[in-house]
Amino acid sequence: MATQKNTISTPPTLAVAMSGGVDSSTAAALLAEEQPVVGLTMQLWNQRRLPAVAPPDEVRSGRCCSLDDVYDARRVAEFLGIPYYVVNFEQNFEQQVVRPFVERYLAGETPIPCSLCNNHIKFDQLIRTARSIGAERVATGHYARILYDSATHRYRLLKAVDESKDQSYFLFGLTQEQLSRSLFPLGDMTKAQVRALARAQHLPVAEKSESQEICFVPTGDYAGFIDAYLSEQKQKSASEGPLVSREGKLLGRHRGIHHFTLGQRKGLGVAVGQPLYVIQVDARKNQVMVGDDKDLYRRRLLARDLNWIAPPKSGDWFEVSAKIRSTHPPASARVRLGAEAAAQVEFAEPQRAITPGQAVVFYDGEEMLGGGWVSEVLPD
Amino acid sequence: MRRIYLDNNATTPLAPEVFEAMKPYLASDYGNASSIHWFGQNVKAAVETAREQVARLLGARAREIVLTSGGTEADNLAIFGILGAARQKEKHIITSSIEHHAVMNAGKALEQQGVEVTYLRVGSEGIVDPDDVGRAIRPETVLISIMHANNEIGTIQPVPEIARIAAEHDIYFHTDAVQSAGKIPLNVEELGVDLLSLSAHKIHGPQGVGALYVRRGTPLRPLLYGGHHERDRRAGTENVAGAVGFGKAAEMAANPAAGEIEGVARLRDQLESGILANVPQVRINGDPQRRLPSTSNLEFSYVEGEGFVIAMDLKGVACSTGAACSSGSLEPSHVMSAIRKTADQARSSIRFSLSRFNTMEDIQHTLEILPGVVEHLRSLSPRYKKPVAV
Repeated sequence: MATQKNTISTPPTLAVAMSGGVDSSTAAALLAEEQPVVGLTMQLWNQRRLPAVAPPDEVRSGRCCSLDDVYDARRVAEFLGIPYYVVNFEQNFEQQVVRPFVERYLAGETPIPCSLCNNHIKFDQLIRTARSIGAERVATGHYARILYDSATHRYRLLKAVDESKDQSYFLFGLTQEQLSRSLFPLGDMTKAQVRALARAQHLPVAEKSESQEICFVPTGDYAGFIDAYLSEQKQKSASEGPLVSREGKLLGRHRGIHHFTLGQRKGLGVAVGQPLYVIQVDARKNQVMVGDDKDLYRRRLLARDLNWIAPPKSGDWFEVSAKIRSTHPPASARVRLGAEAAAQVEFAEPQRAITPGQAVVFYDGEEMLGGGWVSEVLPD
Repeated sequence: MRRIYLDNNATTPLAPEVFEAMKPYLASDYGNASSIHWFGQNVKAAVETAREQVARLLGARAREIVLTSGGTEADNLAIFGILGAARQKEKHIITSSIEHHAVMNAGKALEQQGVEVTYLRVGSEGIVDPDDVGRAIRPETVLISIMHANNEIGTIQPVPEIARIAAEHDIYFHTDAVQSAGKIPLNVEELGVDLLSLSAHKIHGPQGVGALYVRRGTPLRPLLYGGHHERDRRAGTENVAGAVGFGKAAEMAANPAAGEIEGVARLRDQLESGILANVPQVRINGDPQRRLPSTSNLEFSYVEGEGFVIAMDLKGVACSTGAACSSGSLEPSHVMSAIRKTADQARSSIRFSLSRFNTMEDIQHTLEILPGVVEHLRSLSPRYKKPVAV
């Protein structure tokens, strides 16, 4: 296969987003067997930029945007004999993903940068770059399935066959145009099959471990990252403030609200004999409230910036199953659309730690219908 | 697919004659040039012949040539070597804002060590004003380092004028001539420099070998310590095959075939005028006259340079958005910023660099492909509006 390298005759019309991991590498291998493809790796963040939170060498490899991952992706492309390029999206990534990530944390939310990146970088700028070099579609290693419905002329998005790997939750923001230009070749496969295929093809990354953390914070220390970024930007970080009980009693001081997320139990800095959880992060009062696990359960939320992949159902309230975080099992809920792409969501049963900044994503069985960002949790 | 190489400022193809000259020293003629026996003497002679060939390209003496691992080491040896040998407590150097990273980042490293560094601004045409050099000189200035020709836009700097100013003030003057060698005349006496960097692979020699010219009597502290190689200025067993290839390449550069350099200039001009005639909204970056005959740097408004380079490569034409020295990816070029280009203009700028191995067919083929690529990229740009014919 490697002999193809200098003899491509037809310029590729399909690009593969290659992260250097086993999933996108296998996707590239599968597609390269069928047609000319070009591999693209997005350079999104410079790991050396914030020395205070730079990961140690042993953590640095196997993470997004590390030189090692670019190296791995290039090696796989070389192995497959496909043209390969690194494209630099650092500037846009910082504006569209990193800054909002920092701002939302400071506003007391717990954001999901992966969805922002999908909406604004991977399925936007990358598709545009791919088109500019003659590739009309972009394949990724996402675990999800796209189906074209010829009756309605719409693209539908289904969960991956391997539900344990399903990534449809992160894709709620995709438009019909973006879906029409995307390809998820792993959606029909299990992770085990992908790994086996990578091994069978002797891909150089077949044994590589998975990355779990947010790509630009490989150590998982989000608060440390936010502090380092704000200090680099010469902006003030969040200051310490009161840590109170549900009844408003002052229990101690917190180190800045960006250290906390709803349902968090560790690192609270207070001990009262029973397990305590963060039950509210109030940016306006710069206050963190702690309480019992049962205080975390809520039924109602407001969502903003809704995007529908399937046309929204009609009727005042309509039934869906909804996920409020990527690991949350879908639960029955009903939705009422409001003005300006907002909606109210009401779960049949109270859900633990509905968290502003996360996405609420709607399903009908295996079909992902759309979703939005949780903007507010309403009292029952 | 036909592949065309228009990125000769990044590296050049090895000349067949160079390859032939190197072969014996890769295949059969082994030896350590420091050894007493015949094997050592045999390769020592080859290295010294190469040194003479390199010296002749510069109008220098063989003993003034220090062979290095390349242009970057030559630049570093010049800068750290002069600074290391300087006696004064306070030290200051003058360089420009359009130097190659090998000089620019050496300057930044010196700043960390407490050395004052002046990075002279250039005009929008990309040329250092010698008067600015004069004005920047201080009592503690120990070195001036200004490149001979710029790698991105090809502009030729007024090295003889700057050298005169340096000499008047008794300050060492280094020039990075990596890009100008083999393209314009290089004579260390005419240029008046004390130190000059060269790289073999920019003149159709092998990668991994270069040289620093050090005018006799110039004190220099080595970067590498070890054996007494290169007259105690650069320790390490000689890269014999590399040196031999470099020597051959230098000899060929010193004796170009009749019309060879004019031929490259003609091809560059054909490419440039062909583009300017067939593609609207294109501008030449840098100075159209005072530049290398091989280099053309063009701004294609509303074209994303990265996409252009990839799209051209997928059609077989290799060019670049600037220096090739960042790790796989592209940061906005400091040279473009220095000549007052906006970030958008810098991103839309493309460098074409030619060599004697390019042909008229290469240029014609490129001119057939290029307008379509530009038009396609512009059609996807949200800011581009097709000009209306009047």
